[in-house]
Amino acid sequence: MGFFSKLKESLKTSLGGEKLSDSLTKTRKGFIDKIFDVFSGKKIDEELFEELEEVLIQGDVGVNTAIDLVEILRERVKSEKIKEAEQLRQVIVEEIINIMGEETSALNLTPGELNIILIVGVNGVGKTTSIGKLAYKLKSEGKRVMLGAGDTFRAAAIDQLKVWGQRVGVDVISHKEGADPAAVVYDAIQAANARKIDVLIIDTAGRLHTKVNLMEELKKIRRIIDKEASGALKEVLLVLDATTGQNALAQANTFGQAAGVTGVILTKLDGTAKGGVVIGIKAEQNLPVKLVGVGEKMEDLQVFRPQDFVAALFTEVEDEEYAG
Amino acid sequence: MAFESLGEKLQGVFKKLKGQGKISEKDLKTALREVRVALLEADVNYKVVKDFINNVNERALGQEVLESLTPGQQVIKIVNDELTKLMGGFQSKLEISSKPPTIIMMVGLQGSGKTTSAGKLGRLLKKQGRRPLLVACDIYRPAAIKQLQVLGEQLDIPVFSMGNKTSPVDIARAAINHAAYHGNDIVILDTAGRLHIDEALMEELSLIKKQVNPIEILLVVDAMTGQDAVNVAEKFNELLDLTGVVLTKLDGDTRGGAALSVKAVTGKPVKFVGMGEKLDALEPFHPDRMASRILGMGDVLTLIEKAQENFDAKKSQELQQKLLKAEFTLEDFLTQMQQMKNMGPLDQIMDMLPGMNKAKLKGLQLDEKEFVRFQAIIQSMTKDERKNPQKINGSRRKRIAAGSGTRVQDVNRLLKQFEQAQKMMKQISGMTTGKGKKGKFKLPFM
Ligand SMILES: Nc1nc2c(ncn2[C@@H]2O[C@H](COP(=O)(O)OP(=O)(O)O)[C@@H](O)[C@H]2O)c(=O)[nH]1
Ligand SMILES: [Mg+2]
Repeated sequence: MGFFSKLKESLKTSLGGEKLSDSLTKTRKGFIDKIFDVFSGKKIDEELFEELEEVLIQGDVGVNTAIDLVEILRERVKSEKIKEAEQLRQVIVEEIINIMGEETSALNLTPGELNIILIVGVNGVGKTTSIGKLAYKLKSEGKRVMLGAGDTFRAAAIDQLKVWGQRVGVDVISHKEGADPAAVVYDAIQAANARKIDVLIIDTAGRLHTKVNLMEELKKIRRIIDKEASGALKEVLLVLDATTGQNALAQANTFGQAAGVTGVILTKLDGTAKGGVVIGIKAEQNLPVKLVGVGEKMEDLQVFRPQDFVAALFTEVEDEEYAG
Repeated sequence: MAFESLGEKLQGVFKKLKGQGKISEKDLKTALREVRVALLEADVNYKVVKDFINNVNERALGQEVLESLTPGQQVIKIVNDELTKLMGGFQSKLEISSKPPTIIMMVGLQGSGKTTSAGKLGRLLKKQGRRPLLVACDIYRPAAIKQLQVLGEQLDIPVFSMGNKTSPVDIARAAINHAAYHGNDIVILDTAGRLHIDEALMEELSLIKKQVNPIEILLVVDAMTGQDAVNVAEKFNELLDLTGVVLTKLDGDTRGGAALSVKAVTGKPVKFVGMGEKLDALEPFHPDRMASRILGMGDVLTLIEKAQENFDAKKSQELQQKLLKAEFTLEDFLTQMQQMKNMGPLDQIMDMLPGMNKAKLKGLQLDEKEFVRFQAIIQSMTKDERKNPQKINGSRRKRIAAGSGTRVQDVNRLLKQFEQAQKMMKQISGMTTGKGKKGKFKLPFM
């Protein structure tokens, strides 16, 4: 009981306190009170278990993970003689947090030396935008930041990153469209060293994880970094779109192998998708979510808070809240 | 995470019943549970799956399955029929206005692939002898206009833009005038990505619609979308009364259940699918193929077609003869690899094969360099070795590696892949010799 009201409170303040995209603030606030409706006034019976499974599946947790979670619930209800639905919600939050970790995982950066962050992911998930936001965040913390335009493939991707560089006020190292991304990375490292940069963030072209030669290209980029700035590569962040379903597991798996991913940025959480697939990703591949994207503005990047994430899973999105 | 196809699972369910002939309602339930899981794994929306399973159950109970001696086939057939029916049954074409210009509006979430799809569509229509105009209505995302301009340049299609200070509604209107003046008979509006719950931006779309009255409003949906696809599609459709859907990024390994969800909630057909980043990678949508893909049965029909296009019929007949007589040699393997290469990226072919275990097939990835290496290895073998690879023992492997300038691991890999290919070729050559499209290709559970 205490745990829950605390959680609900913390969610209220975190959502209320953060700057959400203006047009959405109203909508979001409407949701808060609905959060735990799934459980309220319910008996623990087969129907409730089914409903829970439904909520989890609809949140993209995935059918197998959802069935497993509900199975654990059934067992705990039996062994701990749980009677109240209210208690059941504590149990499920516990179980998910158990997987996701209670604490937020910070970026692994070392002060006083060059830190490189490599950003990877499939097409359109929000890599470039997240880089802009992350640059803003790190710069606000007083770090010297530089960006490397490693997406030399998509039309105007370089210009897109440059616009972000201007917005945030950080340098962008780039070559022409069609250039070898490894060469861009090489130059960016030299420039970062010369300009005593704290954090160099490298953009890459979106690629479907099934394209073998493009995944090889990522390995090549990694090799250049390891050779030119040994030990500087602190984070390889995989950007996942919260709207994506079960394919995210395959993405995490393949990118994990090819690029040595260290964490996840989960974007587009300002929509109605929950991104529940990250539970399976954490459970199977131990990849923590580090940051979340909640909009298209510079400020719309937040640290991932496991408790908020779980609460949002059980937040019902009501049609009436945003209809006209 | 071994991926077992639905076919294999159902086979498992029904195998236990072999010999008993008929099955009970309870057995059917078990089978349908597998279908349910398969659909959910494919990201079909929970509620859509629920309705679907209810329908199938009703039909199956109508004696068709319970009375059948081959219940596995019957269940799959009903599931497949119902899926195809849900998906639209047949292909839907793009509408062209009788009075030009034909105005097409692309809408969707951020990052779904609107701009690329607009370019691809422009290319397709241009190839049909029309004169498209691309219009940059995304004034929000940095460099979105530039992206469209670059595409326009690559495709030699004019792009209309007014920078990012004019409202998209005004841009759309001005573009129509521009088209009339310059004789463009197609106008494709590339709008900014937006969330379906962003009231202000959704309102903007409805104003554009009112202003220029497009004949086609296409929702661009990422094939990897999960459960949220229904919310998105519902909102866009409610507001804009969509005319169709473009399903993008289908060249990956996603099962693409979103296609079903979107169709189920909007009733609007998928008109095109995006199959790659290249600008010619836009294809018409085939509901039947999508059905088997979602079910995890592989895109059998596409594969058959591709195989028929690219395999030399006579050669593959010869090959089949050899296979039947177990005479398939490493030399044939080399020829085969060449033919496979003509069919397109191997990983895509693998995706289309039913019941293919991805993990098992990992070793089958083939690239140009590998191909050259394999060629060298095979050429370093004696005639006898090529015919009887089982004879190639450790010391022979060493010799072959040295002779071809490769490593023993490479030789090992080749031999392993050869073995796998033998299995696969059996399936493919079986398909290509079938007469009609449906052929006599056998699914693993039949
Ligand atoms: N609503 C929303 N949109 C986002 C978010 N992150 C990125 N986007 C949008 O998604 C689209 C694709 O982003 P981009 O950074 O170009 O993706 P990339 O191809 O992975 O580099 C753009 O329109 C972005 O503005 C987010 O957190 N929320
Ligand atoms: Mg990008």
